[in-house]
Amino acid sequence: MNKLYVIAVIAICAAVTLFERAVPFLIFRGGRVPEPVRYLGGVLPMAIISTLIFYCLRGVSFSSAAAWAPQIISVALTAGLHLWKRSTMLSIAGGTLCCMVLTQFVFAAA
Amino acid sequence: MRKAFRYALKKSIPILISFIPVGIAYGILMRTSGLNWVWTGACSLFIFAGSLQFLAVSFFAGGVSLVTVTVMALLLNSRHIFYGIPFIEQWKKYGPWKLFLIYAFPDEAFSLHCANTFDDGSEEDKKWSYVFEALLILVYWVVLSVLGALIGSLIRFNTAGIDFALTALFIVILIEQLKAAEGSRLPAIIAAVSSVVCLLIFGQDGFILPSLLITVALLFVFRGRIAKGGERHE
Repeated sequence: MNKLYVIAVIAICAAVTLFERAVPFLIFRGGRVPEPVRYLGGVLPMAIISTLIFYCLRGVSFSSAAAWAPQIISVALTAGLHLWKRSTMLSIAGGTLCCMVLTQFVFAAA
Repeated sequence: MRKAFRYALKKSIPILISFIPVGIAYGILMRTSGLNWVWTGACSLFIFAGSLQFLAVSFFAGGVSLVTVTVMALLLNSRHIFYGIPFIEQWKKYGPWKLFLIYAFPDEAFSLHCANTFDDGSEEDKKWSYVFEALLILVYWVVLSVLGALIGSLIRFNTAGIDFALTALFIVILIEQLKAAEGSRLPAIIAAVSSVVCLLIFGQDGFILPSLLITVALLFVFRGRIAKGGERHE
């Protein structure tokens, strides 16, 4: 393995990531943030978190029960627990344990 | 400042849990491709973007031009260009800490920053809660990936399914956002529909950028209805 090449790849990945994270701050560096962007800043958090849930679930498929049931059941349990008790730790611990049990025991690959 | 630290610590625990399997898997992957824990730690510290770090491992063997590496890196994490928008004005007064917050800004930090309700404290406390959230996530990620590289192969505990902790965290944050929404809940619905449609069209590897672009477009199309319930700028 060419260590110089590895360092170059790491440097590029680090620079690209930093650049992408800095884009909005670079564009609106100077004066006031324009009104449409302020509007977007108000509504984007909800939209992006909603998108990230699907990003986490992107591997779900309906080819077999094991490929969807653990995640989808755990999503329902997490949401249900949170709507019921509204305790962050309980909802996350309950949903995660549910997904682990379903993945490892109930829908385990033969 | 101690209050802000305790607040960030408590909020970041689910992320620590979700990083256990991913960080350790990453450290093991790096070692099996011939790079020891120093390289793992360097990647986690300098790149600090999980999916890109996994992709980079496949580049290390060589044979890919650096131009291709740049384009792939730009595309894989392109969603990050949206993450700063809600924080442009808030972070303006944070001086050098603003640079740290921009650098330490993965999905996980974005989600905690969005759920940052630390407003009973001073402005100073609020700043430190952002900083500690980002810092703790960075520490978890570097430490767990280095641990994975050092002792990952000794771990026998079956962690399958534990990565759901991150999904669960996002679900909880979304429910809290929906409950707190003074205005419309339409942004969450638009994003969900756009995600499902784009998943069906583009597949799991390429859906997120088109989905976010369509979401942004629709947020402007439905702006009249979304803004009706009272806009929030803070």
